[in-house]
Amino acid sequence: MKIRKRSNAPIFWGLFGAGGMLAALFGPMLVIITGLLVPMGLLLPADTMSHPKMLAFAQNFIGKGFIFAIIALFVWHAMHRIYHSLHEIGIHAGLFAKLVCYGIALITTLIAAVLLLGLGF
Amino acid sequence: MAGWWKKNPFYVEYMVHEATALFVTAYAFTLLFGLFRLAQGEVAWNGWLEALKSPLSIVAHLVFLVAIFYHAFTWFKLFPLTMPPIMVGGKRLAPNVVVAGGCTAGVVAALALLGLVWRIAA
Amino acid sequence: MSETQKIIEIEILRYKPESDEAPHSELYKVPFTDDMSVLQGAQYIKDNFDGSLTFRWSCRMAICGSCGMMINGIPKLSCETFIRDYYPNRISIEAMANFPIEKDLVVDLSGFIEKLESIQPYIIPKEPRTLEQGEYLQSPEEFNKYIKFTSCINCTLCYAACPQVGLNPDFIGPAAMALLHRYNMDSRDGGSAQRMELVASEEGVYNCSAVGYCSEVCPKHVDPGNAVNINKMNAAKDYFLRFLSPKGGSK
Repeated sequence: MKIRKRSNAPIFWGLFGAGGMLAALFGPMLVIITGLLVPMGLLLPADTMSHPKMLAFAQNFIGKGFIFAIIALFVWHAMHRIYHSLHEIGIHAGLFAKLVCYGIALITTLIAAVLLLGLGF
Repeated sequence: MAGWWKKNPFYVEYMVHEATALFVTAYAFTLLFGLFRLAQGEVAWNGWLEALKSPLSIVAHLVFLVAIFYHAFTWFKLFPLTMPPIMVGGKRLAPNVVVAGGCTAGVVAALALLGLVWRIAA
Repeated sequence: MSETQKIIEIEILRYKPESDEAPHSELYKVPFTDDMSVLQGAQYIKDNFDGSLTFRWSCRMAICGSCGMMINGIPKLSCETFIRDYYPNRISIEAMANFPIEKDLVVDLSGFIEKLESIQPYIIPKEPRTLEQGEYLQSPEEFNKYIKFTSCINCTLCYAACPQVGLNPDFIGPAAMALLHRYNMDSRDGGSAQRMELVASEEGVYNCSAVGYCSEVCPKHVDPGNAVNINKMNAAKDYFLRFLSPKGGSK
């Protein structure tokens, strides 16, 4: 009877799915707002991303959670995809690729957490 | 077999939508850098706001937008493959209805976000 | 009114294990009529040019699943692929991708058969049942939950289509998962927990990256890709909730 090893993929797949859904629902508009509308002064008030407003948002419990979720889950989603795409284009770096990809995601998550917590409440 | 994905348009499209992850990463890093500038204080943050106005930043965000929009579109397009059957009134929803539902959710979420930001900014 | 006989160029990847170092292409010029399938083209070649050309076929009507081939790089049943749709371009035929070639267009399907057997493709009763209890009763709603997945004819076009099977031959693959899902979703069956070990294993569903080409090429519209992807959530539930219940899953 063959003993099968359980895959740990569900952890990464779950993060991939959550990040992918978030990116699908909010990604485009976030890019539009933060990268186009506000910098070009279109549609939204000119001070939408002013320091006082951004700081207040980042210090707010919900705002902090939102920023953290977006940055962290986007990067876990993307790194999972990139890791598998490397394998698909013939770069079979195995464990090393896994460590680099998910390591980047982990470091990004930690930096975001530290920065957000550092901004206080 | 190397280059297997180049041999069939179906596979090429697959690799393109997988590649959107590079741009999702790039945008996430952009946000992270902005967060870093925010943490450094008002002067640093205002410098970042100025940098976002540069042609380089605008073009970069337009590229991010195309890629992330394509991610969203293909993400919803894959729902009939990735999701269990959705039953409404005892009948299974047709694939195109499921996709339309997903895209609608995407539009609603985008508009809701815009509305929310508008209200908070005001 | 007579028409000039149309000729199609058919290029076939040949391989004789007893004499060839590697597979090589042979080109044949085949006269055809508009009703001829690619399978009939292969049969013409065998009958008139080279009797050693070897390929599987049986029903000629897309139900036996024998005649699968790569036709211009796409996995298809040759009996329902028509020469007229390619003319005047050349038709290029190869054995199905992602399988070892035994000879010409015949591939070694033993790995596939083992995968089918491994998923326990039979009703595992929820509890022991006697003849006196009579037949199972199943409502149309219960029937509809699994019936689509019973249509699989084991043609293995989905395995030829799946790049993850190509990259990991141990991946259980689309058709085996469709069959597994067929039993899990059957109201008469109680074997989901037993089958989960395979689903959640390193050869299981997480090899899939949602390319979806398997469902695209399936001649019976089984949607094996859906069967695989639905079970990613089931395996995830099993992974995260396993410590809550001692039943099911693997170690």
